[in-house]
Amino acid sequence: MAFKIIVCAKQVPDTNVIKINPKTGTLIRDGVPSILNHDDANALEEALRIKDKYEDVTITVVSMGPPQASDLLFECIAKGADEGILVSDRAVGGSDTQATSNVLVAAIKRWEKDNGPADLIFAGRQAIDGDTAQVGPQVAEKLDLPQVTYVEEFELAENMKDITVKRQMEDGYELIGLQTPCMLTTIKELNEPRYMNIAGIYGAKDIKVWNAKDIEVDLTTVGLEASPTNVYRSFTPAPKAPGHKVAGDTANEQAKNLLVELKGKHII
Amino acid sequence: MNFQLTKEQEFVRKMVREFAVNEVEPLAAEIDAEHRFPVETVEKMAKYGLLGVPFPTEYGGAGGDHISYAITVEELSRVCASTGVICSAHTSLCCWPIFAWGNEEQKAKYLPDLLAGKKLGAFGLTEPGAGTDASGQQTKAELVDGKWILNGSKVFITNGGYADVFVCMAMTDKSKGNHGISAFIVEKGDKGFSIGKTEDKLGICASSTTELIFENCEIPEDRLLGQVGQGFKVAMSTLDGGRIGIASQALGIAQGAFDVTVEYMQARKQFGKKLSQMQALQFGMADLKTKIEASRLLIYKAADMKDKHMAYGEAAAMAKLFAAETAMEVTTKCVQYHGGYGYTKDYPVERMMRDAKITEIYEGTSEVQRMVIAANTFKK
Repeated sequence: MAFKIIVCAKQVPDTNVIKINPKTGTLIRDGVPSILNHDDANALEEALRIKDKYEDVTITVVSMGPPQASDLLFECIAKGADEGILVSDRAVGGSDTQATSNVLVAAIKRWEKDNGPADLIFAGRQAIDGDTAQVGPQVAEKLDLPQVTYVEEFELAENMKDITVKRQMEDGYELIGLQTPCMLTTIKELNEPRYMNIAGIYGAKDIKVWNAKDIEVDLTTVGLEASPTNVYRSFTPAPKAPGHKVAGDTANEQAKNLLVELKGKHII
Repeated sequence: MNFQLTKEQEFVRKMVREFAVNEVEPLAAEIDAEHRFPVETVEKMAKYGLLGVPFPTEYGGAGGDHISYAITVEELSRVCASTGVICSAHTSLCCWPIFAWGNEEQKAKYLPDLLAGKKLGAFGLTEPGAGTDASGQQTKAELVDGKWILNGSKVFITNGGYADVFVCMAMTDKSKGNHGISAFIVEKGDKGFSIGKTEDKLGICASSTTELIFENCEIPEDRLLGQVGQGFKVAMSTLDGGRIGIASQALGIAQGAFDVTVEYMQARKQFGKKLSQMQALQFGMADLKTKIEASRLLIYKAADMKDKHMAYGEAAAMAKLFAAETAMEVTTKCVQYHGGYGYTKDYPVERMMRDAKITEIYEGTSEVQRMVIAANTFKK
């Protein structure tokens, strides 16, 4: 039986290009290209590496977004994924992370109805537009799956069951062993995502677009109304003044100079 | 009439742009300075299907079309014209004649490896005494005891030093003129076949341009491509398609020079304002942009006609003529707009200007393109 991987991916505005309207506090989306979220590209790449290495592996990419987000699924399939599912419906628009994970969980469950349970679910750590890092963990909780976030190294044993991951921490890392089925969120240190392949671009595309009814989701749990969090304000942070280095050849000297400066400014 | 690219063509542009910016551009100045053929880039192009774009998947191609092929060469050449011509010569001048003129055995033997980029292709027509007048071929081929024996030499062969498969023309019956030329598939390592001098060139310095030498070169009888006496037809039909590739290379060079100049003009200040705020220069750039876009439309039209199996020879000649002359004009002006900095190797426009010149020369000079267009005009 095939080893089934689901990758959760999001289409996001390219933040290298995006600006915030200082008056309204909203994102200026005009002319900003949409891209596959960076961490999600790492999630897909790890799934593709499993598919490169082992026989009989399938990759399904699941996304939620407006109809044009199907371009993201086109890109994922052109890189080597087998199919893409886009949940697109006005009823799910405006969802925060809580409501979004409800939608994704419903879509995954709907998919599993036809295909059997997924062995492994990957998601990027966080999206570059919202930066919450909440959706992946919420999906894992709601599917009752063990999860590891911030995965920077991944290894799947030949028994297709045992997984070892290295989890990035602020001050080091954790080595964690777990078993499928499980959910992992990935960071950019994990791998270098591949490009699309020309043959993949021209190959057949299995992209399904599902609405809220298709995924049999409880409509009271999705969309703007069902979102407990709201964006209060968006703003471009004022640039910080440049810092300066405290002079001194030795640690002692530097500490002394620092004290002198702090006292001079009446801070201490 | 539809001027929109298909979704696939759009994605080819997105993919090749990303590939070119990340993998090709960082090497461009270095391989130009060192005159180094970028073997590592060729391997990467192979991996992503860039060496078999417009061929069907049954032979291992990517299943794309000639517009997506033109986009591929354009986007590679936008950052590195040497890399662009490696792809173009391989695809148009070696893979295509084998695909179009080869029998099933030849296609099955050569195309999968060529289209997957496991082998690189080249094309040998030009000789020291037979350039524009290709009919003056001195290289001879004789059938002796079931083997072809080739004697002679070819010059200015793109990819020469790194290719594995060569489509070469040779005289099989001098008395018949053009109808006495035949086409052959020669492999690296064939007995009596060797690579001669490597040319030191003005531009496209990272592409390998060499001599091919045949000294009693012995190849099996089944290496004949097409029929005996069809070589001139094989060569001319191949060059018609090659012109789409070179026109795309010229387009890419022009677009690349234009893009870096737009950036430069928005940063460079003189007389208290940016160059981009000076109307004389603005108008100059507007003219260049218009010509670049006109080149693009001529090229895509020729490529579309090729995909639709229409007679596209004249369209390809017009595309190459216009795109090549545009590339020369655009790069020359872009160096000018960069001022002294443009003349230095700290900026890429001087390389682009040197690279542009070849597009007016190889795979038919601009004079040849005018001959083709004139012949089509007055043949009735």
